[in-house]
Amino acid sequence: MPILQVKNVTHYFGGLCAVSDFNLCLGKGELIGIIGPNGAGKTTIFNLITGVYKASQSQSSIKFNDVELVGKTPNQITALGIARTFQNIRLFKDLTVLDNIRIACYSQLHYSPWEAFFHLGRYSREEERIANLALDLLEMFNLDGMAEEISKNLPYGLQRRLEIVRAIATQPKLLLLDEPAAGMDPAEIDQLMEFILWIRKKFDLTIILVEHQMRLVMKICERIEVLDFGVTIAEGLPVQIQNNAKVLEAYLGKEGTK
Amino acid sequence: MKMIKVETEEKSKAWSVAWYLRDHWEAIANNKPILSMLLVVGFALSFAIPQFNLVNTYIQIIIMYIGINIILATSLNIVNGYMGEFSVGHAGFMAVGAYVSSLLTLHVFPSSLGFLFFPLAVIAGGVVAALVSLIVAIPSFKTRGDYLALITLAFTFIVKSLIENIEAIGGPRGIVGIDKLTTMPWVFFWTVLSLWVIRNFIYSNYGRGVLSLREDEIASRLMSVNTRQTKFLAFALSSFFAGVAGALFAHLLQYISPRVFDTVKSCDILVMVYLGGIGSIAGSILGATIYTVLLEILRPLGMFRMVLMPLLLVFLMIFRPRGIMGLRELRWFVPIQELNVVKRWRRRKKVTDANSAS
Repeated sequence: MPILQVKNVTHYFGGLCAVSDFNLCLGKGELIGIIGPNGAGKTTIFNLITGVYKASQSQSSIKFNDVELVGKTPNQITALGIARTFQNIRLFKDLTVLDNIRIACYSQLHYSPWEAFFHLGRYSREEERIANLALDLLEMFNLDGMAEEISKNLPYGLQRRLEIVRAIATQPKLLLLDEPAAGMDPAEIDQLMEFILWIRKKFDLTIILVEHQMRLVMKICERIEVLDFGVTIAEGLPVQIQNNAKVLEAYLGKEGTK
Repeated sequence: MKMIKVETEEKSKAWSVAWYLRDHWEAIANNKPILSMLLVVGFALSFAIPQFNLVNTYIQIIIMYIGINIILATSLNIVNGYMGEFSVGHAGFMAVGAYVSSLLTLHVFPSSLGFLFFPLAVIAGGVVAALVSLIVAIPSFKTRGDYLALITLAFTFIVKSLIENIEAIGGPRGIVGIDKLTTMPWVFFWTVLSLWVIRNFIYSNYGRGVLSLREDEIASRLMSVNTRQTKFLAFALSSFFAGVAGALFAHLLQYISPRVFDTVKSCDILVMVYLGGIGSIAGSILGATIYTVLLEILRPLGMFRMVLMPLLLVFLMIFRPRGIMGLRELRWFVPIQELNVVKRWRRRKKVTDANSAS
């Protein structure tokens, strides 16, 4: 049974069609890539899946583990088990690394506002549980030394890593990575590849990767979707994509393919 | 020659005292038991001062105003500091609390037993103010920043003109002859309670949700934060305590009218918050205290007071743009659970450091 099934999703920005009739079927444990030139609608697809944008056509449907996502709010969708990172890092800049992780655990803490106001009942127990959980997670990713650091003071690479850890803290089954390799040099990209494969195994994740770095996508993705101006122009194994005439045309233009 | 030496010696002595105090201050601020001692002493004093007239009545009233202003500043800090919105409607919620509680003590509760029912009236004022805050909380789901500020401004005008046009509650003349039920122990109690509850809220899951709203709303929704819930809670708690402060204020001044709760009052509270520093309970306490005391000290200046105070603020914003405490907090106001997390983390770090070194 597919973990994610996207059917006929269309989205307009004003009169501009950003994504048209997008379909995707994703099996559990898969790692697929979505590529395409700038403005092809890759990030829009992430925003549609996570509920930031509402899918505009009535017959469109996004099913996650057989639960319909269209019409749900982003926080409900995240609580169901879909987490994402952002193209431009969007950490909670003025908060500590530990708080960044604990905020991502929001839906996993179970106590009422009254218990919070008056420090009653489950408050202490739950807070301790979540703090330990967050510290364990940070330790696993070698960030525990930074727990009390303000996150904007972290070096760029660690901020990227923290963003992925924060996404994992929401306990996702499906992880959407939006250009994780942006601004990285080849050696760092090699490390990132290992890292992505490792988290997939460790946390039993299904991953969708949006990326410009062909090296990364071609090497680790099992399947690739190519978008151009919101239209899926090709899909298949990395080898097939590399030799696809339409893809080459989208990237290089008609002249370039001759 | 000798004279100079003595002088410098004395100077260095004074400096050493200053440095000692400074070092001492940090130790004091980091020592939580001192806080509980201060609370006990403060509570005892709040009974002793009016009982034995330790200071004159004028100063007693100023002390009570400081307490009320601390409640107002801290509660506004939830929305303007921790949540990063800009609400200018705090006086409106204060008015709701003041009117509801005054009407209750005047017309509903028996006046001979007023002091017994007073806490109930205060709570009722707070609860109604919290319910009314829905008017502001619901638009905040859709808009933020300047537009939400405008909505809160509109809200103060609505409250003011509503009160002005209902004859049954005095209309523009207001309510006179309210019993003087606000006493120093009550002010102390409500101030401490509001600080404690607001602190607990900020250092909880919901409070962290509020902080994440200030940082990045979209990201916080995508990190599973229920933003509607946190916004609603933040507005409700903030206006509950504004209502409480309004109730205490009404029963201290013994006279309320719509003019008391206009935008100038809201601005006063805003100044206290930004003077003390956003996102800090210690800052709100400092801001409210300094502002109230300064206003009283400068009272002989008459009209010039209103020139000097804003000028002071301009200079403060130039030299300390985030207020006195801006986004920093005294350890006094951090719950023990939170401090334990840091302690546990340090211990773990030490162990791993030792392991990696060996």
